[in-house]
Amino acid sequence: MKKHRLWAQKVFFLSFKTAACLNGAALLLILYFMVSRGWRAISWDFLTQSPKDSMTAGGILPCIVGTTSLCLMTLMVALPIGVCSAVYLNEYARQGTLVRIIRLGINNLAGVPSIVFGLFGLAFFCIVLKMGVSIAAGGLTLGIMTLPVIIGASEEALKAVPNTYREASFAMGATKWQTIKKVVLPAAFPGIITGSILGLSRAAGETAPIMYTGAVFFTPDLPGSILDEVMALPYHIYVLATAGTNIEATRHLQYGTALVLILLVFGMNLAAIILRSKMRKKLRI
Amino acid sequence: MNKYTELFISIIFLLTVSSTVFAGELVIKGSTTVLPIAQKAAEAYMAEHPDVKISLSGGGSGNGIKAIIDGTANIGNASRFIKQKEVNLAGTKGVYPVPFRIALDAIVPVVNKNNAVTDVTLTQLKDIYLGKIKDWKEVSGTPGKIVVISRDSSSGTFGVWKDLVMKKERVIPSALTVPSNGGIVQAVANTPGAIGYVGLGYLSDGIKAVKVDGIAGSEESTLNGSFPISRGLFMFTKGWPTGDIMGFLSFILSKKGQDLVKEAGSIPLF
Amino acid sequence: MKRQHIDKGVQSGFLLVALFSITALSLIMVFLFMEGLPILEHVNIKEFIFGKYWYPTDDPADFGILALIAGSVCVTLLSGLMAIPLGIMTAVYLAEIASPRVAEIVKPIVELMASLPSVVIGFFGMVVVAPFIQKLFNIPVGLNMFNASLMLAFMSIPTICSLSEDAIFSVPRALKEASFALGATHFETIVKVIIPASLSGICTAVILGLSRALGETMVVLMAAGGAAMMPTSIFDPVRPLPASIAAEMAEAPFRSEHYHALFAIGIVLFVFTFIFNLIADYISYKFRQVGEASL
Repeated sequence: MKKHRLWAQKVFFLSFKTAACLNGAALLLILYFMVSRGWRAISWDFLTQSPKDSMTAGGILPCIVGTTSLCLMTLMVALPIGVCSAVYLNEYARQGTLVRIIRLGINNLAGVPSIVFGLFGLAFFCIVLKMGVSIAAGGLTLGIMTLPVIIGASEEALKAVPNTYREASFAMGATKWQTIKKVVLPAAFPGIITGSILGLSRAAGETAPIMYTGAVFFTPDLPGSILDEVMALPYHIYVLATAGTNIEATRHLQYGTALVLILLVFGMNLAAIILRSKMRKKLRI
Repeated sequence: MNKYTELFISIIFLLTVSSTVFAGELVIKGSTTVLPIAQKAAEAYMAEHPDVKISLSGGGSGNGIKAIIDGTANIGNASRFIKQKEVNLAGTKGVYPVPFRIALDAIVPVVNKNNAVTDVTLTQLKDIYLGKIKDWKEVSGTPGKIVVISRDSSSGTFGVWKDLVMKKERVIPSALTVPSNGGIVQAVANTPGAIGYVGLGYLSDGIKAVKVDGIAGSEESTLNGSFPISRGLFMFTKGWPTGDIMGFLSFILSKKGQDLVKEAGSIPLF
Repeated sequence: MKRQHIDKGVQSGFLLVALFSITALSLIMVFLFMEGLPILEHVNIKEFIFGKYWYPTDDPADFGILALIAGSVCVTLLSGLMAIPLGIMTAVYLAEIASPRVAEIVKPIVELMASLPSVVIGFFGMVVVAPFIQKLFNIPVGLNMFNASLMLAFMSIPTICSLSEDAIFSVPRALKEASFALGATHFETIVKVIIPASLSGICTAVILGLSRALGETMVVLMAAGGAAMMPTSIFDPVRPLPASIAAEMAEAPFRSEHYHALFAIGIVLFVFTFIFNLIADYISYKFRQVGEASL
């Protein structure tokens, strides 16, 4: 009887393990195809030149610059609002209806489909606020989309700051605001940065929200102001793969661009993961 | 140095006319069919006028004309002529859209290169896209399900296809839709039983053009009017163009520009 | 005295900023409805939701999105069929079975899965998976519901997995120990004690995972085939709601019927995910683990 039960346990545990492995295998498979077919396309010229010959040759510099500027704009929007929201929720607010509503809002904002953000950005930023298709409109759209991630991460970082810090500060006669400014925020800073990097990496890879708000098919010059439209890495992949003039002939460029995007996003994630594990170790001591 | 770079440089040397120096930005939007032409022309024009910045986006003919009316673009590309509805809309906003026919194009039905079918009639094409003909054996091909591939409903190519082939009847809902000519090429090349339609410039290795009523789509059959599915390609401007807009359009309508039209795979006007 | 005034001011400032999320959400709703509702001048709600034909550019046009809704629902459910078991099993493995060292390696893998841009996954589905399944199952087209579901499952597994893992992790140790003390094996403890105890968290995870799959755009735009038909088999091409918006928005003239119809699709999509999120929120709020007495 006991033997049978243990045997069942073994079988099921093995299937759980298989499930976990399957995920890893799927990820590796995707990475394998992107790397094996994309790495040849990547060269110094690929990273530093503009597309040429109807985007069948040349590089992706405008896309890299475009994605970077969209990310910076996103950061400028989402970081201050996100951190302040988190400070309010974690430091000031008491449990109650208002907080519950705010949290509900954040949760629902996190669940809004990316294309709906795109629609909103188009109707509000591009048309009503007359920004047109621009870094500003795209970055604002992405910023609102990233906000829940940054709020969540900042809150977690604030929660990790031991209460003794705050109490010590109060005991010295500091007000709440002084305590937050001088004690809590600096202690939570690394955690906030980690969360922001994660949020940004998501924004960098999004396509649907910027399709109609920030990115265009082709503009070889680098953006000069935040009201310029840009090319962006994810949109460039989509365009090359579905609407290019010669799709088969630009396969290597598509894989190359995808690989650059993956490297960018993974790089950001890896940085965040490393930063976090370092911080955890520090907190344990 | 590749041949295009050489071409650009030769263009610079050949053209002694230097246009008005207006450090300007040109925004071009619209039909994906006109896009390859606009892109080639834009690259050449910018090589010639380094102070001009041109940005291009697709979005379809309707969007191109709309962009002109709204003033969000300087040039609107369209793979069809302007509709009465759009003229009326422009009128209410006090805009006078000016059409420039910059090239001709034939829309050619295409099948996978391994498909045995070489010739269909216009009626058969219509029935295939209506879903009445479902199997290749009904059009004297090897038996197999026909996979109908079409364009998104607002593309200019789709509009012309609908007017000239479908005679305003509806394409079956089960047709796959892809966002561009290039998308059709790729889908047809990868799908043995597929049929699609593309602009003449997009014919390539993996796909095979099919004759319509015995006539192959080509530059010649389009220019003499015998190929039934052809159209003009247009660029629209808001009012009579000036400055760089005029410069760009004159460039496309010059011999050099028309060579680029041919290079982009469409049919030059002369 | 003055310091306290500053403190009050600062607090109200923070509150104001914290309300931004709500404001943004409301603005999104306002604009969706403002741009989407005018479609009701052309069709009534019943025709819009239950109409079988989507011919937005015809004259006269048909704006029936039933086929698009069916496409979205089918793709989401099929992806759930793959992602829910895999996600939960991985979560159980991570939280209960794997040694801390193995978990340390597997967790970042799941996080990296979550961070892979959707356009890359769509691209993979389009260029690698589509030709593969076309040959494997000998079907006419590789861009279909099955392909899109497979890619969506990959995208929703990380959500389901990491949220379930949190839920499993927060099951009080005492419950587990009590089960062991009664002579249950580890597996029996997982199935009969830990999973029931964390069920509300797992449900939340599943709902949020499905909600993500429902709203995902690029994957269904690139890999689903884009045919606005009622699917009859899992190898039929479909055109889910987000794919329709993304594919047609660029070409819909500003404030035309088509433009309004696409925003109305946005409303439908928003309402779907909003309900999903409210349910998830309700479950996690109502059944949140309070001490050990909540079983």
